[in-house]
Amino acid sequence: MAENAITTKELVKKENLVYQKTKLLTDDVMHYCPGCGHGTTHRLIAEIVEEMGIQSEIIGVAPVGCSVLMYNYMNFDMQEAAHGRAPAVATGIKRLLPEKYVFTYQGDGDLAAIGTGETIHACNRGENITMIFINNGIYGMTGGQMAPTTLIGMKSSTTPYGREVSLAGNPLNMTDLIVNLPGTYFVSRQSVHTPGNVRKAKKAIKKAFEYQSLNKGTCFVEVVSNCPAGWKMTPVESNKWLAENMLPFYPLGDLKVPEE
Amino acid sequence: MAKIKGAIVVDIDGCKGCGLCIEACPVEVISLSDNVNVKGYHYSYMTDPDACTGCSNCAIICPDGIITVYRIKI
Ligand SMILES: Cc1ncc(C[n+]2csc(CCOP(=O)(O)OP(=O)(O)O)c2C)c(N)n1
Ligand code: SF4
Ligand SMILES: [Mg+2]
Repeated sequence: MAENAITTKELVKKENLVYQKTKLLTDDVMHYCPGCGHGTTHRLIAEIVEEMGIQSEIIGVAPVGCSVLMYNYMNFDMQEAAHGRAPAVATGIKRLLPEKYVFTYQGDGDLAAIGTGETIHACNRGENITMIFINNGIYGMTGGQMAPTTLIGMKSSTTPYGREVSLAGNPLNMTDLIVNLPGTYFVSRQSVHTPGNVRKAKKAIKKAFEYQSLNKGTCFVEVVSNCPAGWKMTPVESNKWLAENMLPFYPLGDLKVPEE
Repeated sequence: MAKIKGAIVVDIDGCKGCGLCIEACPVEVISLSDNVNVKGYHYSYMTDPDACTGCSNCAIICPDGIITVYRIKI
C-alpha cells in the first residue's frame, strides 16, 4: 500500500503530536542519575499542574535529599525546607495562603527518618496539603546509606551484608502508619517502574491535588521508586528488583479513599 | 482497516542512556546508539521505525522527558 510508505520525516509534524515534555518543567537538565524515578515523578507533577491549569496557584516545598534541587526544574513557585521539615514549612504556607495549592516532595530519609515527627503531626493535624513521598529505601544523595525504609536483607553502604533486624531494627512503613491517622483524607501508594504504573501514579497524584481544594485533610501519595546508583544496579535491573523486592513490602494501591 | 503509525524524536543530548525506554517499548523499536552524545552517554534512537505505533510508553517512562511522540492513522 502506498500510504504505508509514509516516512518518519512526514510523520513528525505538529498535527500528529501525541506526547511531548510539558512546559511546566524548565529546560534545565535534571541532575538525577540515569533512570532515576525522581525525574519521572517530577514530570508527572508538572503535567498535572499543567492539566489543572494551576501554575500560578501552586507552591511546592522541596526537601533535602537528591531532590533538593527540585526548584530548578519546576516552572512554578517552590520553597526549600530544612531536612525533614517540608510538612512544617508547607503548613505555614498553606495557613497563610489557604487559596493556594501547597505540596511537599520528600524522600524516605527526609520524610521517614529525620522528618518523622513533622510527617506524623502534619498528617494527624490534617493539614490541607498534598504530600508526595519518594520511597527508594535508601539515602540516595549521601551515598546509599540505610534508611528506616530499607528492606530486611537489603544491602546498603551501611548494611553491606544486608539489613539485619537484630542490629538495625525493622523497616518502617510510613504510609501504613499515617493511613490510620484521622487527619489524612486520601492515601495511596504507587510506583513509576513501568509505563502502566506511571499512568496509575499520575491518576493518584492528580486526585491528591484535586482533593486539596475540598479542605478535608492531608492527601498523601507514596511513590515506590528506584535508586540505581545506591542499589548498585542498572536502571532496568533496579526496576525489576523494585517489583520483586520492594512491592511485596510496599504493596501498591489506594489505602484511604474518600467516601463519594 | 485503519493502520496506526508512530514515530519518536529523541533529544539526543538530553538522553542519559538509561535504557528504560527500550524495555518499555512493546514492539522493540528502540536501541542504544553505538555513538555517544555530548555527555558521553549512548543515546536512544529508533532502530525499527516501521514498527512504531506511537503508543508513548517510551516517553512516559523516560525520567528526563526527552522523547516526543507522533502518531497518525493511515
Ligand atoms: C540536618 C541534616 N542532617 C543530615 C543531612 C545529610 N543528608 C542529606 S540528604 C540525606 C538523606 C536523603 O535521603 P532521602 O530523603 O531518602 O532522599 P534520596 O536522596 O534517597 O532521594 C541526609 C541524611 C543533612 N543534609 N541535614
Ligand atoms: S543517587 Fe539514587 S535517588 Fe539520587 S539521583 Fe541517583 S539514582 Fe536517583
Ligand atoms: Mg531515599
